[in-house]
Amino acid sequence: MISVKELMQPHRIVMMLVFAALVVWCAVSLRWDWIPKYAPLALEGLWATVWILAVSTFLGFLLAVPLGLAQAVGPWYLSIPARTFCTVIRGTPLLLQIWLLYYGLGSLFPQFPWIRSSELWPYLRQAWPYAVLALTLSYAGYEGEVMRGAFSGVAKGQLEAAKSFGMPRFTMFRRIWLPQAIRNVLPTLGGETILQLKATPLVATITVVEIYAVSSRVRADTFIVYEPLLLLALVYMAIAGVIALAFRRFEAGTPQRR
Amino acid sequence: MKLKALLAAATAAAALTAGAAAAEQVKIGIAAEPYPPFSSLDSSGNWVGWEIEVIKAVCAAAELDCVITPVAWDGIIPSLTGQQIDAIMASMSITEERLKTIDFSDAYYNTPAVIVADKSMNIEPTPDSLAGKIVGIQASTIHQAYAQEYFKDAELKVYQTQDEANQDLFAGRIDATQADSIAMADFVNSDNGGCCEIKGAVADDPSILGRGVGAGVRKGDTELLEALNKGIAAILADGTHEKITAGYFTTSIY
Amino acid sequence: MTGLFEILGLGASAELLSLEGWGGNLLRGLANSLQIAFGAFGLGLVIGLFGAYGKLYGGKVTRDLLAIYTTVIRAVPELVLILILYYVGSDIINKISEALGGGRVEINGVAAGIWVLGVVQGAYATEVLRGAIKAVPVGQIEAAKSYGMPTLMIMRRVTIPAMMSFAVPGLANLWLIATKDTALLAVVGFNELTLETRQAASSTRAYFTFFLAAGFLYLMVTLCSGAVFARVEKWARRGQPSLKGGTA
Repeated sequence: MISVKELMQPHRIVMMLVFAALVVWCAVSLRWDWIPKYAPLALEGLWATVWILAVSTFLGFLLAVPLGLAQAVGPWYLSIPARTFCTVIRGTPLLLQIWLLYYGLGSLFPQFPWIRSSELWPYLRQAWPYAVLALTLSYAGYEGEVMRGAFSGVAKGQLEAAKSFGMPRFTMFRRIWLPQAIRNVLPTLGGETILQLKATPLVATITVVEIYAVSSRVRADTFIVYEPLLLLALVYMAIAGVIALAFRRFEAGTPQRR
Repeated sequence: MKLKALLAAATAAAALTAGAAAAEQVKIGIAAEPYPPFSSLDSSGNWVGWEIEVIKAVCAAAELDCVITPVAWDGIIPSLTGQQIDAIMASMSITEERLKTIDFSDAYYNTPAVIVADKSMNIEPTPDSLAGKIVGIQASTIHQAYAQEYFKDAELKVYQTQDEANQDLFAGRIDATQADSIAMADFVNSDNGGCCEIKGAVADDPSILGRGVGAGVRKGDTELLEALNKGIAAILADGTHEKITAGYFTTSIY
Repeated sequence: MTGLFEILGLGASAELLSLEGWGGNLLRGLANSLQIAFGAFGLGLVIGLFGAYGKLYGGKVTRDLLAIYTTVIRAVPELVLILILYYVGSDIINKISEALGGGRVEINGVAAGIWVLGVVQGAYATEVLRGAIKAVPVGQIEAAKSYGMPTLMIMRRVTIPAMMSFAVPGLANLWLIATKDTALLAVVGFNELTLETRQAASSTRAYFTFFLAAGFLYLMVTLCSGAVFARVEKWARRGQPSLKGGTA
């Protein structure tokens, strides 16, 4: 972290003054009168963004573990599908994946009238399940690749030692292999989560009302171009900052041997 | 060799989209998303439709050298004020709210706003009937403004294009949609639109629904505004407007 | 199997995807996407090279400004950056041109796309190249200096060739990001592959056919670039002892 002393260098003080002047100029000469009216909506949107981010990274990580394991040590009939999945997800734009899931699947519904009377219909007709699904699969695809490296990176000797103690395979996985693999990926996890945060606004294109969608609504209603976008950028920077800090804390809390 | 061919194709494509940079050209912005029957893409990548023909006729009558420039509907007004385009002719209604930001020419068509829903649904185009229903609308349209004002008890789903809203109506994800009557007549007569029917026009509110569709220009660009007004008046007077309309619709839409 | 094809609406795919039909549109979109990706990647490299040198050898102010640039770009979603840069870019250019007494400048879609994505790529390229330059053994650069080589020549003859092998994997990744990020320009209305796909899909209602076809095209680009970059990496590493495990 940057200490106060480091900030107090002459050139940094000048830069901060320039920045402060810029902020004051923005506050005074740009239009912010729309904020009170849209604040409640913006909070809802912010909540949706955070919620979608949390759920999709959590589920995506759960999915990434078997994907990484299958690629690292699985037999061919598991490793090939896992590798194909990761290649396809990483090789195509997320926007296209989201549209394929939402509009592609949507175009099938009318052919199966029973879907509309099923118990799943109230969920299928909403947009967020598709958003969460697409983002989860995307995170799993990228993180699965990372987990593959992490599983291969665990020292062979440790696994052999566990085996020689007669440890059952699942216990060995749970107690030794997985914890060490997770420790290996921890430094990259914060970055990956920020990348995931940056992917969330794409779900606004399938009618999910998250923070980006709210800013679009403000722009559409008021024809103000820059102000909602600038504020939006600031919000994303703040969330990214919180994620970076949280992961640094988390990482510091786990023992590391270099 | 392959790379060369690819580069040639890429350059050709660039020339197509970029257009020559002559100073006299007037860039007419249309929505990049198809809006049949007013504007849509054919399979060879050309824009066709009623409004496209009207644009060409107006430009010819006003002796303007126009280039049709597709812009995302969502950002079409910022594109105009940001000078990426010179005029908007994208079925944009003349409303009080928009007049605060841009100027409009005289109207060149005017149609009511209607509610479309599944045939089996008992829906009326009234706030009471739509309460508790999911209504799909296109972003940045008079329909969004209207629905936000009048259908406060309905759940509103906002789409980037009307086409996506239609698709979701067909899929059953929304109960109803509010849009322009002509575009909807086209939709309910299409394969996918068979599910649905026009339930009727919403109660008019000129302050939100506007006074017809006009060409949007930057405030202060009076020269272009006058030229477009002259062109629109000319095609209305000499029967060109009527002739184009007859090719698409059975009744007049002016 | 045919049943599944019918259900997914893939029955008439061959006809829909023919070159005279929508397939031609998709390929035109792909050409546009690739053109923007090439341009943005190139612009990103130029920005990245200056950025990396600035971060390593620049003054205090340069370094702090570059730190702000890379941090901001990497924390804000590309979609938001694209919108901001798109409007700001054309606004600034027009203001400058008006101030100079010139008329309004025409900005074509491809140039705007390259500018917008290039600025985003530049931030990532700065980090990749900075890491690569740092990985070059200091002794090599010092040796060149002691022979009295001018700075630019050191850069051209020593630093850049020596850092290539370290930079290629990161740059390969950046290129893939560039190709995929062009899809975001669909939201601003550029006629690249994703928007062409959406237009074709909504005009024909064959959503699966076109989304899958576009996915296939993107995947081909990814796989081909992967093969090309593997060869480039081999070339960049020529003469070096084989690297076991990871580098840097």
